[in-house]
Amino acid sequence: MTLTAPSPYRVDAAGYYGTFGGAYVPEMLYPNVEELRDNYLRITEDPEFQRQFTQLLTDYVGRPTPLFLAQRLSQEIGTTIYLKREDLCHTGAHKINNTIGQILVAQRLGKKRIVAETGAGQHGVATATVCALMGLECIVYMGEIDMERQKPNVDRMRMLGAKVVPARSGSKTLKDATNEAMRHWISNPTDTHYIIGSVVGPHPYPDMVARFQSVISAETISQLLQQTGRATPDFVLACVGGGSNAAGAFYHYLDEPSVRLIAAEAAGQGVNTGHSAATTALGKPGILHGASTILMQTEDGQVTEPYSISAGLDYPGIGPQHAQLFATGRAEFMAITDKAALDAAFQLSRLEGIIPALETAHALACLPLIGAKKDDVVVVCLSGRGDKDLATYTKHLDEYAA
Amino acid sequence: MNRLTHLFQRKTSDVLNVYFTAGFPQLNDTVPILKALQDAGADLVEIGMPYSDPVADGETIQRSNQQALDNGMTVATLFEQLQGIRQQGITVPILLMGYLNPVVQFGVEKFCQQCQAVGVDGLILPDLPLEVYEREYRPLFAQYGLQVVFLVTPQTSAARVRQLDALADGFIYLVAAAGTTGAQTDMNADVDAYLSRTRALGLRNPTLVGFGISDAASFAAASRHTTGAIIGSAFIRLLQNTPAAGRDAAIREFVAGIRPVTSLA
Repeated sequence: MTLTAPSPYRVDAAGYYGTFGGAYVPEMLYPNVEELRDNYLRITEDPEFQRQFTQLLTDYVGRPTPLFLAQRLSQEIGTTIYLKREDLCHTGAHKINNTIGQILVAQRLGKKRIVAETGAGQHGVATATVCALMGLECIVYMGEIDMERQKPNVDRMRMLGAKVVPARSGSKTLKDATNEAMRHWISNPTDTHYIIGSVVGPHPYPDMVARFQSVISAETISQLLQQTGRATPDFVLACVGGGSNAAGAFYHYLDEPSVRLIAAEAAGQGVNTGHSAATTALGKPGILHGASTILMQTEDGQVTEPYSISAGLDYPGIGPQHAQLFATGRAEFMAITDKAALDAAFQLSRLEGIIPALETAHALACLPLIGAKKDDVVVVCLSGRGDKDLATYTKHLDEYAA
Repeated sequence: MNRLTHLFQRKTSDVLNVYFTAGFPQLNDTVPILKALQDAGADLVEIGMPYSDPVADGETIQRSNQQALDNGMTVATLFEQLQGIRQQGITVPILLMGYLNPVVQFGVEKFCQQCQAVGVDGLILPDLPLEVYEREYRPLFAQYGLQVVFLVTPQTSAARVRQLDALADGFIYLVAAAGTTGAQTDMNADVDAYLSRTRALGLRNPTLVGFGISDAASFAAASRHTTGAIIGSAFIRLLQNTPAAGRDAAIREFVAGIRPVTSLA
């Protein structure tokens, strides 16, 4: 959490990762963002904060999550694969690492209400959960179309006491839910904290969220050392929508060039089909949700609507740190189709008895493509469990008859 | 001399700025609406460049943005439409307002060049950070004779208001209350106190109030402590609800209704 060594891959004093990042927000959001920027390091590096954060991660979230040697999958692929089991976190995904951290920040800033956006509903559930835990009012914006696609998560949020508000503007999905959450924040600038769900948005959000998620790679280092005698794997694989689980899984390895970092993006029906969310393949530099990053857009600079079978990867941008990892070549970005992700999800389910989230399945689908040798150590960030995707998986059961 | 500078030298109160979205309701309505606003007596006009993700805007302007984009509006098309307006009798000062990404994709210098070529006087780019403006945009704006307008909200600290005022050269856009455009701002004692507090800072730039100004009463209340006010969403609603045939008359009536006393000033 306190890694501050200068690095081309980490945020600089001005809030940038190379040319990416910054805080491109209208004046209405400036005081909120400034307040967070001026306080987030002081708050999160305070020993009492650290103690409370760590204790909640341990007693409430269930950390450390296991690092599991997947023997049958390793044999099938022909390398040595460890799964970092973020799917075993309370609420079923890594998202709660961030929401626990941010709710503690919000409390220390004296905020009374939380607003959040959600795509698949995982971040919304993780936010509703910590709001219930801390007794703060919770409002979650969710695209009207996503509310229909992910109804069980809408019900979970409501059960937890959150108000779920349909985002009806634009394409009625994640990017519009993010716009609506920002508008809500503009209208309630003093008593509300916006818990962004990924390493996106204006500085300091990408850095703050990455720090909260960095517990993933911090644990991986000690667990790997214990199990294999080495702290650094040869590969770390993670999926990237906005990129928060990847940011956490990569965090302590960014400045270890011997570790190959692999980011899996959603190719949807194929990168060039017009139904894709492969941001680095299809996007170019631009500004979205307060940050300079790489985003999918028209020639005229209008943000385009991505497509993926996975609602959590259905985002037209990536976090600015990932844009920098892509631009510098530090991370390799792979585009994984819906079909390849489904194949990987069924493969993991049948070989290891673990049903992964569709998002996570994109990272698993990279395994045969990275050229890992038998003795190479490959860590896959198993970011979430697949219960929420059962409706989608069920549609394809016949294609994968056991 | 820049038309904005000239306007504010000539007129120091009850200045009316009307916002509308380029390419709305129909793609080629931009210039006819501009002309109608000038004829109706608007002091300056703010043309919005439509964007897919206008985070500072409420529903009315969001919808006009989407409609304009569906009509095929682009930055390049806007400059084509504005080509030659200054030779065709449009003398009213013009501001372009828009989010940064389409400007960046068009090319910032090319954008400034085109603004100068068609006779745009100033720019409002709400998501352009101040330090990026100072470092990269300010020299270009100066080179192409473009003035810049910054937003200030009730939450903006006095120190930052002064910083923005030092860098602005068009006017200061006072956002009446926390919220997005088109919010139902009640011109209450809080707003009055904020406007009066801002006036007491003695800013070097003129000030115009926007967000929630929709009629003669809110215009008058907003103008008490400032140089004037900006109307956006209420005008967009008028455009939405008025058939093209009766539009010029409706715009005349609208502007006269906002500023009944001073419209002949």
